[in-house]
Amino acid sequence: MNSQWETVIGLEIHAQLATRSKIFSGASTAYGAEPNTQACAVDLGLPGVLPVLNEDAVRKAVIFGMAIEAHIAPYSVFARKNYFYPDLPKGYQISQMDLPIVGVGHLDIDVDGVTKRIGITRAHLEEDAGKSLHEDFHGLTGIDLNRAGTPLLEIVSEPEMSSAKEAVAYMRKMHELVRYLGICDGNMQEGSFRCDANVSVRPKGQKEFGTRAEIKNINSFKFVEKAINHEIERQIELIESGGTVVQETRLYDSDKDETRSMRSKEEANDYRYFPDPDLLPVLIDENFKTQIKAQLPELPQAKKLRFKTDYNLDEESSTLLTSSRQMADYFEAVVKESACEAKMCANWITGDLLAVLNKADLDITDSPVSHERLAGLLKRISDDTISGKIAKQVFEELWQSTATADQIIEAKGLKQITDTGAIEAIIDKIIADNQDQVEQYRSGKDKVFGFFVGQVMKEMQGKANPGEVNKMLKAKLK
Amino acid sequence: MHNKSIAELAKGLRSGQFSSVELTTAFLDRIKQHSVLNAYITVTEELALEQAKAADARLAIGDAELLTGIPVAQKDIFCTEGVKTSCGSKILDNFIAPYNATVVDKFNNAGAVMLGKLNMDEFAMGSSNETSYYGAVKNPWDTNTVPGGSSGGSAAAVAARLAVCATGTDTGGSIRQPAALCGITGLKPTYGRVSRYGMIAYASSLDQGGPMTRSAEDAAIMLQTMAGFDDKDSTSVDLPVPDYRVGLNNSLEGLKIGLPKEFFGEGLNADVAATIEAAIDEYRKLGAKVTEISMPSLKLAIPAYYVIAPAECSANLSRFDGVRFGYRCENPADLTDLYTRSRGEGFGKEVKRRILMGTYALSTGYYDAYYIKAQKIRRLISEDFKAALSEVDVMMGPVTPSTAFGIGEKIGNPIEMYLSDIYTIAINLAGVPAMSVPAGFVEGKPVGLQIIGNYFAEDRLLNIAHQYQQVTDWHQLIPNDFE
Repeated sequence: MNSQWETVIGLEIHAQLATRSKIFSGASTAYGAEPNTQACAVDLGLPGVLPVLNEDAVRKAVIFGMAIEAHIAPYSVFARKNYFYPDLPKGYQISQMDLPIVGVGHLDIDVDGVTKRIGITRAHLEEDAGKSLHEDFHGLTGIDLNRAGTPLLEIVSEPEMSSAKEAVAYMRKMHELVRYLGICDGNMQEGSFRCDANVSVRPKGQKEFGTRAEIKNINSFKFVEKAINHEIERQIELIESGGTVVQETRLYDSDKDETRSMRSKEEANDYRYFPDPDLLPVLIDENFKTQIKAQLPELPQAKKLRFKTDYNLDEESSTLLTSSRQMADYFEAVVKESACEAKMCANWITGDLLAVLNKADLDITDSPVSHERLAGLLKRISDDTISGKIAKQVFEELWQSTATADQIIEAKGLKQITDTGAIEAIIDKIIADNQDQVEQYRSGKDKVFGFFVGQVMKEMQGKANPGEVNKMLKAKLK
Repeated sequence: MHNKSIAELAKGLRSGQFSSVELTTAFLDRIKQHSVLNAYITVTEELALEQAKAADARLAIGDAELLTGIPVAQKDIFCTEGVKTSCGSKILDNFIAPYNATVVDKFNNAGAVMLGKLNMDEFAMGSSNETSYYGAVKNPWDTNTVPGGSSGGSAAAVAARLAVCATGTDTGGSIRQPAALCGITGLKPTYGRVSRYGMIAYASSLDQGGPMTRSAEDAAIMLQTMAGFDDKDSTSVDLPVPDYRVGLNNSLEGLKIGLPKEFFGEGLNADVAATIEAAIDEYRKLGAKVTEISMPSLKLAIPAYYVIAPAECSANLSRFDGVRFGYRCENPADLTDLYTRSRGEGFGKEVKRRILMGTYALSTGYYDAYYIKAQKIRRLISEDFKAALSEVDVMMGPVTPSTAFGIGEKIGNPIEMYLSDIYTIAINLAGVPAMSVPAGFVEGKPVGLQIIGNYFAEDRLLNIAHQYQQVTDWHQLIPNDFE
């Protein structure tokens, strides 16, 4: 990137709160139902209906606020944001303006090994709109109001990110956090987690911000990086060729990898916010906060630190294992169930298991190998029933079938042979058949030892206890 | 039969003197006979007779409440399942509500019979019932004059005995002003006392439903059914509902009445003033102590109201966009055309005027000067009411500056029309309850006495009105041609 310029980025993230019903009605928030089957009178904006606030949405917003160490407003107010759109049933969106529920907080991100603290200006509750469907209606537009009234938490960052990379790191960290807290399912394909990016550039060293463009509705980490980088390039090129950036809203087209203008500042709506007279102010007292604090799960940062100290894990494993609450829970369940050394559990999860999960594009929660079954395998390694090598074979079976490690070991006869008599017979036979090598070894060629081990293991189909084989071979070859 | 009070009718229904079907039929006949008043937008004859039959069955097995079998009419602002709910507007002329307002459910549960839906100013915006898409309602006391508004159909129907009682809603005087002009009893309860769910919103922070009846006793019975907390309305108040009839006969000895001098100044018709003073003399005779008080903030009520109410209505009426229900213009060229023509053709002049005023008041650059300022005035007015009502038990004054004006007389002059609510609007801004009680006549046209009480003191207001009605008979007089 051109080094004379620096970039300023702020993100607005919309996280759909994982409540069972909508923010102001009793209709279900489940995704994927037939159009307009999950929209009740309130969601349809029928004449005479009134909103009633879902307490769970408030609870989840407060959980979030506490996790980012933000000020929780003791008094916050819902406001109407007025604009006409066919998928906005009331002609206004209920949101929060002057008095949001979550005030100033922060989130730490790691980029290239450096930790940077990003300020969070505010987070407020609002309802989502419905969806306009432009296909399949022969030139008309269909409206699906299932999504209308779904609770959203809009999280607004300070303009404190200076590269697309930082923006992605922030978005990922936020994604991880909301899932940790269990307040959002984070499903980006379904639009449960999406963001708008405010991007501007300025000559290096200049204090004032450049004019910003807002890129709307980006719903993947990949797109956020591409869209921002594209926008930075566009703005620099524009300024360097003598033009000026205009304040506008732009849309990212992932197919063409470009942003294009949606509306300029002049065309922007005057939303005429005012307090919604149908809803009372939200009052949050110390008691409510204390209750929520007690239920707050361990946060990623704290968990990572604990994994390092309690389980003696390295930076990489502890980062990987705390990348989601489900992953961390899985790891801890395996450790507990197997009673094996934590490091071994970590290695199996971050190594073998993650490799196949990634290959199959599965999340840890959808792992075909449950934590009980993996623990069952690790137990058999640590009690020497099978060797590490055989364990890989058993693991493959675990992945393919629903059998337990013990059932697999039994059925396939993979039990490690520790019977010294059986091993001794094989060793004697190998020594007898390979006199040349025996002489080489005895004349000082230590490397030949490996050959004997290999031969014995081969003969025993890998089932011999390697420690026992080593010990006995050494004695016989003396 | 049609001149009896609710209590008398309830007694007649129980003694078998007449059935609910007979009673209902009598009212349905009267409605047809007096259709010239234009009080009803929709008469639900079939439904009414069905409900009357069901009521008779309930009465027969002794499972009846006071309102069981009583013919009631609903202002067409309350959603009624399966029945057209127009709110007096062309934009909802084709709207069949798919659900019942909480208030309507409550009447249904009580076994009341719904005769139909009453005419009203479009979206409750008006003081004369002339803004209705369905035409003006006539005042039964003088059919050349207006019945007041916006609950003009309700007031005319009750005055002309086209319903035993009716619901109304009051945002700036819409129950009290028509009650006064039609010589009936009207009560605007404390904001939050009656659920607003299913009551089509005009100005949400001011709207309140209430009873419109011939007497205070009837109003007590009606309010008993209407009042109460509703978990579907966040602004409804979770306080127990007292028995409104139990204290009706309490003595008024020692009652402290305050007369705000601002209610008796310039603009008040001298004959109306004399009528009100005569009514207050009656209260003196009943043992009340009367003092003059002052509430200087009252003069700010109209300007504050005409910022707050239009601001709220500008958003409340955005849902009427031609997309999901209601009127849609023919062959819209595009989305903007759909919006502008559906709304342009669907809304009447006064509604458009208020949407424009409200939109303006909320716009960037004007919000602080208008909306925020108006909210400050509103707080000031509330404080004044609280202070005054800690000194006196109730305040009294006129409901309107004059008696019913002529149809067409003020409709061309909105400011003059707005001023007809000069004594009622501040009460909505403060949220306190107030009543209009028939107090006499000037040139054959009724005058209403306004009684304003403290928050949730509806029982006290009803007691004070009832005692007056024990010593006067203004509320029992029937307009000529409607005996």
